[in-house]
Amino acid sequence: MRMPLRAAIGGISLIFASQAMAQTTLTIATVNNADMIRMQRLTGDFTAKNPGVTLKWVTLEENVLRQRVTTDIATKGGQFDVLTIGTYEVPIWAKQGWLLPLEKLGPGYDVDDLIPPIRAGLTVNGKLYAAPFYGESSMIMYRKDLFEKAGLKMPAAPTWDFIADAAKKLTNKSTETYGICLRGKPGWGENMALLTAMANSFGARWFDEKWKPEFDGPEWKRTLTFYVDLMKAAGPPGASTNGFNENLALFNAGKCGVWIDATVAASFVSNPKESSVADKVGFALAPTAGLGKGANWLWAWTLAVPAGSKKADAAEKFIAWATGKDYIALVASKEGWANVPPGTRKSLYSNPEYLKAAPFAKVTLDSINTADPINGTVKPKPYVGVQFAAIPEFQGIATAVGQQFAAALTGTATVDAALASAQTLTQREMTRAGYK
Amino acid sequence: MATQHTRVLGRILVAPSVILLFAWMIVPLAMTIYFSTLRYNLLNPGLERFVGAENYTYFLTDPAFIGSLRNTLVLVGSVLAITVVLGVLIGLLLDQMFVGRSIVRLMVIAPFFVMPTVSALVWKNLLMHPVSGIFAWIATSLGFRAIDWFAQVPMLSIILIVAWQWLPFATLVLLTAMQSLDNEEKEAADMDGTRPLSFFFHIVLPHLARAITVVVLIQTIFLLTVFAEIFVTTGGGPGTQTTNLAFLIYAQALLQYDVGGASAGGIVAVVLANIVAFFLVRLVGKNLET
Repeated sequence: MRMPLRAAIGGISLIFASQAMAQTTLTIATVNNADMIRMQRLTGDFTAKNPGVTLKWVTLEENVLRQRVTTDIATKGGQFDVLTIGTYEVPIWAKQGWLLPLEKLGPGYDVDDLIPPIRAGLTVNGKLYAAPFYGESSMIMYRKDLFEKAGLKMPAAPTWDFIADAAKKLTNKSTETYGICLRGKPGWGENMALLTAMANSFGARWFDEKWKPEFDGPEWKRTLTFYVDLMKAAGPPGASTNGFNENLALFNAGKCGVWIDATVAASFVSNPKESSVADKVGFALAPTAGLGKGANWLWAWTLAVPAGSKKADAAEKFIAWATGKDYIALVASKEGWANVPPGTRKSLYSNPEYLKAAPFAKVTLDSINTADPINGTVKPKPYVGVQFAAIPEFQGIATAVGQQFAAALTGTATVDAALASAQTLTQREMTRAGYK
Repeated sequence: MATQHTRVLGRILVAPSVILLFAWMIVPLAMTIYFSTLRYNLLNPGLERFVGAENYTYFLTDPAFIGSLRNTLVLVGSVLAITVVLGVLIGLLLDQMFVGRSIVRLMVIAPFFVMPTVSALVWKNLLMHPVSGIFAWIATSLGFRAIDWFAQVPMLSIILIVAWQWLPFATLVLLTAMQSLDNEEKEAADMDGTRPLSFFFHIVLPHLARAITVVVLIQTIFLLTVFAEIFVTTGGGPGTQTTNLAFLIYAQALLQYDVGGASAGGIVAVVLANIVAFFLVRLVGKNLET
């Protein structure tokens, strides 16, 4: 009984193998986020529609992925046919000529349906170099019950002064309720994402038009002073090591009054399975300082094709499938509207079923729409990116600056000292990299 | 004994493996040295050029360099001290006969098998977190204020985590050494009426000297490059209080794909590690010769 069965399986797999020989195999590097894992599960739909293509997945943790993909493309390794990269990499790589412009996404793709700021961040010289898989901004999540008890009402577009006042009123250290939770863990994608976006709203920028760092200016001083004072008065202890996940845990345990972070968190904090305060959460736009710019950032995970790829046609077909309207409908039909990848298409936000399943949809869309990677600062800037500057040196510099700002938060350095060393170390690296 | 002839023959026969090992070592080293003199960033291809010692001067004059050197030595030294002292004591306990000894031994060794990132996350979020951690809960329920570990005593926190991970290794090596202590020696000491303390200091400790040397040498090699624990918990901060050499190279060069800078940093680290190893071998290596 056993042997014939095995032989049969062997025979079948042989047939498949010989068929695969004639097929195009796409190697796709992607990040191990829930949305990407879901895409992997649903690839049956793609291969059914495109019988000539088989998919091979390389799924990695964010930092490892970034490292693998960057080394591969910089050394022209050619391991991958489709890359998952962030909005930070796209402008840099497109300028280097490492990415193929996506021009064959097909008639049904509807490029104009992409949300404009997301599209702007992925466009270089008028050409789209990567297609967004999901996008996010940042916004305020707050506890409606605590606000009511304190007699406060959250405006639709609050200012930093209001947030600071409210946070101080909500703080009750005896019940371990802290008015505000903000990121504090050093890192270019951790505290610097928040602080750079926050600095934009205070009128600051990383570099002036001649690439001179501006940490010695009054705007950065106001930003950092405000942040440190606010966190000292109303933040949780241990804030200097809190990143996204730590703050999420604190908020879900009911210990934060206000949390400003990524819009994707909205679905976690309002999910009763994960959050003890699911029915008490309200959402609002990230604060401004009255200068016309908000403190909301902009990020998207995108799919791109490396230049010189021999399988570009199949790769673009796959990208059009994974980032198209039909994919969203497919996820909705299989896993429900709450699980569709958010933040990439305008049509999603006019879909009544999605709006019903996601009460935070409108604020998310408004947040993404008001984040501007090109003109996100009050004064003009030479770089692309809201909470980052899309230059290769940024990751290293911002991580070192993040350490200095974390020291200001814990009080081991003064705000002035932290800014002064941030200025020196940024200036040093920029001189070395040849930005004169 | 060996004639001139056999000695020459021996050398010829050994030559291939020696040459292979030498090449294995020298080729990567030479390439690293070569890269360290180049202006070479992976993300800016086509701009490679020779810059001499520029990468080194930038790395060595970094404001965080001296501090990170000090942090590295403090981290290595403290973890070594903690693991060796506690390792000997726990080894002594586990060497006794008691019920459930094998289970206790297994549990003592367990931390060594936990991945560094995982154990760092457990320490950070479940134990040391000032709001939701167990230490904070103990402190507040006893009426004290919770310690904000990674903000107030960041270096001590890292030392504790790393020491916790390496303690099982030290215990394991030292326990095995203790078990090899001759039973007759113990009986003889017993008959002579040796008191426990002097038995420990005059017989057990000298017997352990070689094992301790091995523990110190092996741990030093690994502790000089501690990275995951720092990356996960403090990110090298606050300020640069927990930035060690490995983390500095990561933030300075690897994070921006600066091959030249990273190579220079790597060479500096190799030189420093060799200096440390030289003194270490001098200091404790005599034990290995006999």
